[in-house]
Amino acid sequence: MKYLKNVVTLRHDIEKCTGCGMCLEVCPHRVFIPSEGKVKIRDRDACMECGACARNCPFGAIEVDEGVGCAAAIIMSFFTGEEPSCGC
Amino acid sequence: MAKACCGGSGASVRRVKKSSCCGSSEKASEQAQACCGNKDSETNQNACACAKGASFDAEWVTGRIATPAGDVPQAATKLTFKDTLGSWKCRWSINRMNYKVEPGIYAVGTPDAASPVLVTANYKMTFDRLREQLGGLSLWIVVLDTNGINVWCAAGKGTFGTEELIKRIKAVRLADIVSHRTIILPQLGAVGVAAHEVTKETGFRVIYGTIRAKDIKAFLANGMKATEEMRTVKFTFADRIVLTPVELVGTMKPMLIAFGVLFILNAIGFGHYGWADFYGIIGSVLIGAVVTPALLPWVPGRAFSFKGALLGLLWAAGFLLLNGLPAAPVFGWLKAAAYFLLLPALSGFLTMNFTGSSTYTSLSGVDKEMEIALPIMLFAAAGGVLLLLVSDFIRLFGGALV
Repeated sequence: MKYLKNVVTLRHDIEKCTGCGMCLEVCPHRVFIPSEGKVKIRDRDACMECGACARNCPFGAIEVDEGVGCAAAIIMSFFTGEEPSCGC
Repeated sequence: MAKACCGGSGASVRRVKKSSCCGSSEKASEQAQACCGNKDSETNQNACACAKGASFDAEWVTGRIATPAGDVPQAATKLTFKDTLGSWKCRWSINRMNYKVEPGIYAVGTPDAASPVLVTANYKMTFDRLREQLGGLSLWIVVLDTNGINVWCAAGKGTFGTEELIKRIKAVRLADIVSHRTIILPQLGAVGVAAHEVTKETGFRVIYGTIRAKDIKAFLANGMKATEEMRTVKFTFADRIVLTPVELVGTMKPMLIAFGVLFILNAIGFGHYGWADFYGIIGSVLIGAVVTPALLPWVPGRAFSFKGALLGLLWAAGFLLLNGLPAAPVFGWLKAAAYFLLLPALSGFLTMNFTGSSTYTSLSGVDKEMEIALPIMLFAAAGGVLLLLVSDFIRLFGGALV
């Protein structure tokens, strides 16, 4: 199952990447793949911006505007003015 | 970097623990829930045998395991009818937001200092999904205080987070209970936990286990190695179906209000609504909240609202065929046009809400989808309602069905 194309904010800095593989471990959608001793993005559109990779990268090599992909939360945040957050 | 929902880990909600044991130590103000004197553990002046907040009273506690940090409740790995009923109720949104386990440390089987340590959330359904998979094993389970929210959602909010994990490890005196320095977290907990920070702070190495509890046994047997399959989140037909009742229950209130309004319009002599209108609307609710989610990968398109509106359009067509089309519709052309706008918009909106239940939609994607779909759906719905009112108005003044 794939969601919209070319919307994801995931950024991977190859300079900072040490190839530790932490992102490979935590990504629930197998977005990364090992490549020449480091990692690279295999499938950007599969990213759901959960932020697990960025949070667990000890070298700050990954950035993503993380958040919940939840329409109800976004509608709610429109009214409350806060960041979208699921009520579940 | 825009932080996760609920202001991220820093803002995790922490309620003050009312647990009666030991009173809190010097660090109390900051670590109110950390009973049994985490700071004083070295001197052991707080020699209480409480279980760090873990509950002995729960019906699923089968015994107690003595440890250097006090007795720990032993949890059953077989679920009772009551446990199953509890999960089932949550699936129907009954008591779902208040189905909790007391945070703390629990034992499964007869663990010792060398036994593995799993970490989970204090949503009772999460805890049950985990323990029912652990039959025959002996290990420790550290239950974080996530306010009764499951691992993934709580990690997104930051309550299943670095800060809570560090506090809980200290509060339960995990370092006194086990001799190794490894803890196993659910993979989806990684959204809220920075493994390297936990290690720096507590000395415990974080290993991310599998996504699904059913794979934990194989993961442990395999020397704590997860396969790619165990690391990949899915969204199977069964996964989706089980989530649809909550969606449906969520539509109940607005539906009751809508039907109430139609009823009142009828009562004052303005409305002309009957059985056809009722099942037309109910049908599009079912299409949007149940049928499209169930058939998700097979419905064309990527945007959820598009998928819902597409099946909603099919339903609208079928509904109109049932009511006289292609000849003159029984409730007139105006109303037929109204439903042709209204029903797909309703289905599309409800399916769009299923993005929150799905396991693969991103915030950027839903943002983009809504930007385009929401105005269209609102416009269609408003147009539909307007046409309904116009139709009623014409009939009110003795006009023929248009």
